[in-house]
Amino acid sequence: MMKLSLGPILWFWSKQTVFDFYANAAEWPVDVVYLGETVCSRRRELKLNDWLEIASVLKDSGKQVVLSTQTLIESEADLRALRKICSQQEYLVEANDQSALQLATQNKLPFVTGPSMNIYNSATLKLLAKQGLKGWSLPVELGRETLQKLIGELNEDGLDLPAEVFAWGFLPLAWSSRCFTARHYNLPKDNCEFRCLQHPDGMELRSRESQELFRLNGISTLSGSRYDLMREMPDMKKMGVSTVRLSPEHQGMEEVIRRYDQMRRGKVPATDPLQLVEAPPCNGYWYGKAGMDLVINQA
Amino acid sequence: MELVCPAGSLPALKAAVDNGANAVYLGFKDSTNARQFAGLNFNDKRAGEGIEYAHSKGARVFCAINTYPQPDGWESWKTAVDRAADLGVDAIILADMGLLEYAANRHPQVHRHLSVQGSATSYEALRFYKDNFDIRRAVLPRVLSIDQVRGVAKHSPVELEVFAFGSLCIMAEGRCYLSSYLTDESPNTRGACSPAKAVRWQETPKGLESRLNGVLIDRYGKGESAGYPTLCKGRFEVEGSVYHAIEEPVSLNTLDLLPELKELGISAVKIEGRQRSPAYIADVARTWRQALDRLGAGAEDFRVDPTWNSTLAGLSEGGLTTIGAYHRKWK
Repeated sequence: MMKLSLGPILWFWSKQTVFDFYANAAEWPVDVVYLGETVCSRRRELKLNDWLEIASVLKDSGKQVVLSTQTLIESEADLRALRKICSQQEYLVEANDQSALQLATQNKLPFVTGPSMNIYNSATLKLLAKQGLKGWSLPVELGRETLQKLIGELNEDGLDLPAEVFAWGFLPLAWSSRCFTARHYNLPKDNCEFRCLQHPDGMELRSRESQELFRLNGISTLSGSRYDLMREMPDMKKMGVSTVRLSPEHQGMEEVIRRYDQMRRGKVPATDPLQLVEAPPCNGYWYGKAGMDLVINQA
Repeated sequence: MELVCPAGSLPALKAAVDNGANAVYLGFKDSTNARQFAGLNFNDKRAGEGIEYAHSKGARVFCAINTYPQPDGWESWKTAVDRAADLGVDAIILADMGLLEYAANRHPQVHRHLSVQGSATSYEALRFYKDNFDIRRAVLPRVLSIDQVRGVAKHSPVELEVFAFGSLCIMAEGRCYLSSYLTDESPNTRGACSPAKAVRWQETPKGLESRLNGVLIDRYGKGESAGYPTLCKGRFEVEGSVYHAIEEPVSLNTLDLLPELKELGISAVKIEGRQRSPAYIADVARTWRQALDRLGAGAEDFRVDPTWNSTLAGLSEGGLTTIGAYHRKWK
């Protein structure tokens, strides 16, 4: 059966919200949980010890816990935080940039890579496998055709590298040194008043014709439409995809996971509307089209 | 410090070399490089002529093969690396880890530079590329403040090249998928951001509209000057206000920072713009050559000549320049 993973929380939530979220997640039918702050070094509601406390609870509930690293590393302080993650031995690390790759391989730690790691061909996968890569995520802008070829090339070489696909949620598309939330409020980044806390699902950026384009989330920009590959799961299973990743939202997550769980068990869930933050659906990347496009799966 | 200039064509290459570039960078006529524009870039014959011209004037030539090959493209990207090596370029600018490994094994004598598309923003990331692919130089993404550049430079195991002038990418390069989200091409996959094939201009009663794959990027009133609809430089609506929510259409200009960059031991300054005309390249190269020569005469006496800035502003998007992320407050 395919595994379900809960990606790292990409938004800035209060400490209590995060603890409550994972207390619930311990009961959900997910196999893997990624923990940690991957977006902004100023988001320090939780310290590493808090994350490890959550990790321990999840582990006791039978989840595989992976510690995710910050995607854009800019300062010595960022590196210090990264070194702490890459010097613990208990949990697998999700490397989200080459700084993390360096520290993980230097410490001979096994690691997996997240969707922001540029893996576009099997030559890259093979060289990382020699360094301790235990699994990888497809970059969000790549689709079915490329993934199928990559898995095929790995199989030819007899390499078992489980592939994960970001399957549900707002797609993380870009990281900047500039904070777009602070910019919206005319605040300097270094004195941002942590306004992201007021936007637990980001800020909508629309065209002047009210088309939802992106979601601003601190220094990161996410898709304005919600990616949803639930109906592609039977196809993914056939291709040999190991895990599908669901990206945390503060509303409706349990119901989303329940549906994906049904789907992986071969039951097509009912189509009642979900109580979610409103956003149009998309799946274009999977079909090799513009990411924002929606292709109707006839299967 | 070395002046590295863009060459989108043979005339542009000559303009750069004739006006003081120490090195030029070019790409092949396909999607193996991050400036895939119709009518731009080099076939092997032209590249050969360009390399000969540059070398005869003492300038070096770098070849950018800095997009990310997928399984279908792997063979032609590999061939591009072989072609560059056979042509006798002085360095190949690469981003993809698989391709870096191929180049290091197959053509160890040709220097490898890490492209800005390789997203290395720390010295630990640089160590990864150095240890694994023995890169000689890295181009830093345009997201670091000058203090952060200082931190990277202090411990860098390789030469550093930084962007000095031209279009300003404000996202960490190599990890920006905004373009493929709205169109179906990105810098990583196709060497294109906000590709021309997806651009439409339309006069409407509300003003001149620029669209990218149908998405309204900007609308200009009478008297407003319109710019290319690079998607992150449009005007959008966030919580009821309409503004340049991501970035204004401005260019990067770091003339003021030259003494500091020199003091940090930066090896080269890079001019963006392989899509620009030979006349543009000549003006920019000449201006930066003058500035670097003045700097060479003594960093403590270095003053930015106002005519340099006015020349560069005249060549910039919207006539405006910024030092971007180098200045912490910009963020």
